[in-house]
Amino acid sequence: MALIKDRKLAADNWQLLEAAADGAALAIPDSGDVLVSLPEWKASREWLLSRSGRVGVWLTGADEPADIASDLAHFALIAIRFANFADGRGYSIARLLRERYGWRGELRAVGDVQRDQLYYLARCGFDAFALREGEDPQVALTAFNDFSEAYQTSVDRPNPLFRRRESAGTL
Amino acid sequence: MYIYDEIDQRLVDERVAQFRDQTRRFLAGSLSEDDFRPLRLQNGLYIQRYAPMLRIAIPYGMLATRQLRALAHIARTYDRGYGHFSTRQNLQLNWPALENVPEILAELAKVQMHAIQTSGNCIRNITADHFAGIAPDEIVDPLVWCEILRQWSTFHPEFAYLPRKFKIAVSGATEDRAAIQVHDIGLQAVRNDEGEIGFRVLVGGGLGRTPIIGAFINEFVPWPHLLTYLEAILRVYNRYGRRDNKFKARIKILVKDRTPAGFRDEVEAEWAHIKGGPATLTSSEVERIAKRFTRPTYESLDALSSSYVLALGRDTKFAAWARRNVHPHRVPGYAAVTLSLKKTGVPPGDATSEQMEAVADLADAYSFGELRVTHEQNLLLADVRQSDLYTIWQQAQALGLSTANIGMITNIIACPGGDFCSLANAKSIPVAEAIQRRFDDIDYVYDIGELDLNISGCMNSCGHHHVGHIGILGVDKQGAEFYQISIGGAQGVQASLGKVLGPSVSQDEVPDLIEKLINVYLERRESEAERFIDVVRRIGLEPFKENVYGAHQGSKARGRQLAAA
Repeated sequence: MALIKDRKLAADNWQLLEAAADGAALAIPDSGDVLVSLPEWKASREWLLSRSGRVGVWLTGADEPADIASDLAHFALIAIRFANFADGRGYSIARLLRERYGWRGELRAVGDVQRDQLYYLARCGFDAFALREGEDPQVALTAFNDFSEAYQTSVDRPNPLFRRRESAGTL
Repeated sequence: MYIYDEIDQRLVDERVAQFRDQTRRFLAGSLSEDDFRPLRLQNGLYIQRYAPMLRIAIPYGMLATRQLRALAHIARTYDRGYGHFSTRQNLQLNWPALENVPEILAELAKVQMHAIQTSGNCIRNITADHFAGIAPDEIVDPLVWCEILRQWSTFHPEFAYLPRKFKIAVSGATEDRAAIQVHDIGLQAVRNDEGEIGFRVLVGGGLGRTPIIGAFINEFVPWPHLLTYLEAILRVYNRYGRRDNKFKARIKILVKDRTPAGFRDEVEAEWAHIKGGPATLTSSEVERIAKRFTRPTYESLDALSSSYVLALGRDTKFAAWARRNVHPHRVPGYAAVTLSLKKTGVPPGDATSEQMEAVADLADAYSFGELRVTHEQNLLLADVRQSDLYTIWQQAQALGLSTANIGMITNIIACPGGDFCSLANAKSIPVAEAIQRRFDDIDYVYDIGELDLNISGCMNSCGHHHVGHIGILGVDKQGAEFYQISIGGAQGVQASLGKVLGPSVSQDEVPDLIEKLINVYLERRESEAERFIDVVRRIGLEPFKENVYGAHQGSKARGRQLAAA
C-alpha cells in the first residue's frame, strides 16, 4: 500500500492496529509506531504512553474529534479512516481537527482512499494519504493539481478567494 | 446575467479537463463503475433506461441567448435535437453518448456553462424565483446572493460527499415562486426594520418519499453571516445525517429526528465557532459580484402602453394569452412573458433545438438577450416592452410556444417518467398528454381557473406531485403501471402537501378521474374567485372521494378498493 505524504511518495513505518471481529483483546506490540482506534486509546492509554514506540489514533466517521482534543500532545499521527470513499464525514472531522482543535501534526486519510478524492481531502487538511490497494501512486500524485484556485475557506487556504483578492488589490 | 471573470472561467475549464481524464480512465478500465459513479454524477451524468442522461446547470434559471444557442447546438450535435427543462431550472439531454460528454462540457465551458454538481450527494444547482430582479413584490433582489451561493457551493471540499443530495432555493419576494419550503434549505431574503438585508432560513423541506414542509430555524441571518450559517447547517448534516439508509438520508429526516428546535440549537452551537471567521462576506465582495451582472438598460416608458391596450381590446385571443402568460414588471411599461412549453402533445418542458434558437432570436429582439427557465418548466422573457407583446405573441404562435395556459390545469409539471428514467415506476408523458387532450377546450380551462396539476413517475417526486393542487404519482402494482391521485397540495407561501384520494387507477382511467374532480369543484365552488385548492381546503377530501369512487361503474377501482379493505 503506497503512502503519499506532503505530495511525495513516502515510507510508512506505522502499524494500524484493529481489533479482531471476534472481540478478542488487541495485541499491542512492545515497540514500533502504532495507530490505534479511539476506543483502544481510551482503554489502553497508560500502556500506550509507557511503551517505546510512538502512538497515533485512527478515527472513524462516527467518532467525535472533541474526544481527543485534550490528548493531541500525545499523538505523532492522527488518521481518519474512510470505510467507503463516498462517506464524507471524515472531511468535516479533518477540518475540525485542524481549525478548531489545532492539530498541526500529520493527518492521514486511510481506508478507501483514491486518486479522485485527494484534492478535496487535501483542502480539508489531510497531508498524508495511504492509498487503497491497486491505486497507482504516480497517477494519484497528479490529483493535487486538478484545480488551481478555490472559492471557499479551507485548511490549505484559510481565506476565501474574495478575501485573497481584496488583500491583493485585484478587485 | 452574471459574467465570469478569469478565475470563474479557469475553474470550469479545469473541471472539463478533470472529467475528461476520469472518463478516459473509466473507458480504459482503470476506474471501476462504482468508483466512477459519484464522479460522473457530480458532472450531471446519469446512466438511464436507454442511454446516459446529462443534466446541464442553469444557475438560478438565467440564460443568455448565446448560451441557449449553444444548448441548441449541443442538443443537435450530440443528442436528438431536443432537450428537457426540469423543475430545478436545468436542462436535461436524454441521449448523449458517454464518450462525448467531456466534449459537451467543453462546449458548455465556452459559453460560461457547466454541469457541475447537478447530481450526486452534494450541493446542487441553486434555484430562484424566476421573476428575480423584476417582480413588483420583491423586497430583495436575490440574484447577487444566488451567484455568491453558486461560487461558495462550487467544489466545496467539505460537502462533496454528503449523506444525500442537497438543494437550496432562494426567494426575495413576498410571494414564494421558488418553492423554498420544499427544499433542504430555503432562503427568504428580507429586510429588517433598519433596512438591512438578511435571510430567513428554512431547513428540512423536501418532496420524495417523505414529503415535508421545512421549518424556519432562523428569522434573520444578517447577510455577512450567510455563508458561515450555511456551513454550520451543512456541517451538522454532513456529520450526523443518516448514511445507513438512502431513503432516510436527506436532511429532513435529521431535522425531524432532532426536532427543528433541537437541530437549530446544534447549528447555533456550530455557528458560534465559525461566525465572524474568514467566510464572513464583505460589502466589497457583494458589490464586486453585483457589478459583474449585466442589467437591462430600461427605457423610460408609460406605465401602460396604449398600443398594448388597443391590441387587448381588438384581439380576444391575444387578450386571453396576455391574461395567462404576461406578468407584471417592476419597471413601468415593461412586462415578463412566459413562453409555454406545455403544448398538448409535446412532453412538458421539452424544447427542440429550432425552438431554442427561435426563442434566442426573440430574446435578442425583445428582451435584452436574456431569458429565464421557470421551475414550472417554461421559458420566460423577463424584460419586454408592453408595446412589443403583440408581436411576440404572433411569433410565439408560429413557434408553438403560445399556449395560453400558465397557472391552468394544462400547464402540467411532469418528470420525464418511465419513457426515459430508470427510476420511474410509470410513464408521465402520456398521462400528461391524455389530460391535456381531455381539457383541450380553452374556454373550459379558463372556467376551471387556476389549477396546478403535477405528475411524478415515482416516489422521487421530480414532478412535484405533492405540491400540485392535483398530484399524480406513478406506482407499480405487481408489475403494472398505476397512478395514485392526491389533492390539496400547494406551492408558495401557503405550501401544503396533497392527500391521497383513494386507490390508484390505470392510465386509461386518469382523465375521467380528473374530470370528476373538476366537476365536483365546479359544483361546489361559491364563486369563480374560489379556486380548486380553496374548495379542497374548505370542504375537504370526502366530497371528491365520494364522487370519484362512489360512482365508479363496473369497476376495477371498486374491486381494488374492496380487496384493499
